[in-house]
Amino acid sequence: MKINKPKSKSVSYAKWGYVFILPFFLVYFVFTFYPQVLTIYNSFFENYRDGLTQIGPRFVGLDNYKALLTPSNQGTIDIIKYFGNTIIMWIMGAVPQFVFALLLAVFFTNTRLNIKGQRIMKTVIYLPNLIMASAFSMLFYTLFSNVGPIKPLLVHMGILDKSFDFFFVTISVRGLVALLNFLMWFGNTTILLMAGIQSIDESLFESARIDGASSTRVFFNITMPLLKPIFIYTFITSMIGGLQMFDVPTVLTNAKGTPDRTVMTVIMYLNNYLGGSNNYGMAGAISVILFIVTGILSLVVFKTLDRDKD
Amino acid sequence: MDKKNKRAAMQLAVARILVYAVIIFLCFLCLFFFVMLFVNSSRTNNQLQRGFTLIPGGHFFFNMKNAFTDSSIQIPRGMINSFIVAAGAAVCTTYFSALTAYGLYVYNFRLKKIAYTFIIAVMMIPTQVSAVGFVQLAYKYGLNNKLWVLIVPSIAAPAVFFYMYQYLKATLPIDIVEASRIDGSSEFATFNRIVLPIMKPAMAVQMIFSFVAAWNNYFLPALLLTKAEKKTVPIMIAQLRSADYSKFDMGKVYMLILLAILPVIVVYVFLSKSIIKGVTSGSVKG
Repeated sequence: MKINKPKSKSVSYAKWGYVFILPFFLVYFVFTFYPQVLTIYNSFFENYRDGLTQIGPRFVGLDNYKALLTPSNQGTIDIIKYFGNTIIMWIMGAVPQFVFALLLAVFFTNTRLNIKGQRIMKTVIYLPNLIMASAFSMLFYTLFSNVGPIKPLLVHMGILDKSFDFFFVTISVRGLVALLNFLMWFGNTTILLMAGIQSIDESLFESARIDGASSTRVFFNITMPLLKPIFIYTFITSMIGGLQMFDVPTVLTNAKGTPDRTVMTVIMYLNNYLGGSNNYGMAGAISVILFIVTGILSLVVFKTLDRDKD
Repeated sequence: MDKKNKRAAMQLAVARILVYAVIIFLCFLCLFFFVMLFVNSSRTNNQLQRGFTLIPGGHFFFNMKNAFTDSSIQIPRGMINSFIVAAGAAVCTTYFSALTAYGLYVYNFRLKKIAYTFIIAVMMIPTQVSAVGFVQLAYKYGLNNKLWVLIVPSIAAPAVFFYMYQYLKATLPIDIVEASRIDGSSEFATFNRIVLPIMKPAMAVQMIFSFVAAWNNYFLPALLLTKAEKKTVPIMIAQLRSADYSKFDMGKVYMLILLAILPVIVVYVFLSKSIIKGVTSGSVKG
């Protein structure tokens, strides 16, 4: 700041910097950092409740991780299966989410199309993003279950068989999870991508149009390359969010991940260890694995999407 | 030439129709389920058994009364609890993020750079990593079933801090701070009376987002709040799912779902413009 200020004065202000940031750091260390360390620490301990008896805490090294990665009697490794479920359901929702968000962002920003009523449209498509996920899922359950109005309607139209139950078939439960995630997030993505497109120099589109480039060529040769940083950002945030999928499948399947645990996600698995038996050891290990997988996948996605830059 | 123009105009008109069709279809999809919710929440169980309709049943307040007086799911209690947590979290997050941003932006001190870098670095760590340790600590010290345990951690919100810092950088002239000092104002008074009013728009946007996030939060509260009188709305909604369904008055079920999302919808109706603006300003960096 000012150079000719008396030294004593600037020193007395420096103290205020510490005072102002103190609450943040104090709370961060107590309520976030320490629990994080504890999570990792827990993962090396046997520590759970069996009925009324407390087992542990006892140091077991990597036993929790080994237990998680050991195949069960049926030969499947649960955590791998749940990672698979989570990723499949995320992709099922993310593909339409990004396709439609890209389309809408291009439509809304295209000056030649000159879409009217954009404000109200954006307001409508963003709305589901603010809706409580558990309530939205409960609404879906109520509407699509056997007592709800949608099944009789589809049976009446001859689309569904009377014996069909939305919540007994893997693909339809996963489909409902994906539909909910799609509805909740495509508006958000549209708005972010729109801002990205709007930050591109308008004259680039102008000159491409004068040169007679088609809309598809403009999209692939100008919009996409310049939108890439923001696209990658939204894609990775969506993936990180997707890996932590919990509310929607929990409420839709009553926390059971039915049918046959094909809708069980990683965080639902973690929740089972944490909620029932306070198994901090196993829950800690799942957390650590999820954290590592999230980091690796983010890096892989980033490298793949960012590849043809050089 | 004229013919070519005509063809181009035709193509544009067709494109426009297709584009509007796609947008309207998506808007319909976004609204359809909520319209059904509104309609069904005004119908009695008997009316609902008769099947699908878009005509309201006229029993909105009847269902609301039933929902409010349900003995197993105490939704009024839940809404009060949710409101305490959400409002508390919103105020804490915005005030302390602004305070921290101000502290790091205006003052010069030795650890300034390290503190800033630290906050930016931890912004990327997903919140669920701390959940296990957090739950363990809460139970260890008997803090489960305490609402404030869900409020206080929101004082340290790295992403909100970052937003506030960017906002200060763009809007706060240091001269104002200096001038207020010359007028004899204390540092806290300067922040509360001069800087906070300048940050009002940023505070409002972040307040809305953190309120909504806390209002909708299910995972952590469900692990900590086990007493009936401490439960928040999302926990009650999930409970609704686990209850024996066939015994339920469906009109009441729809009403309970509606009550869970209504506060957010009301806020959105009035503030949608600034909320949508806030989506981009918070997330797109650079």
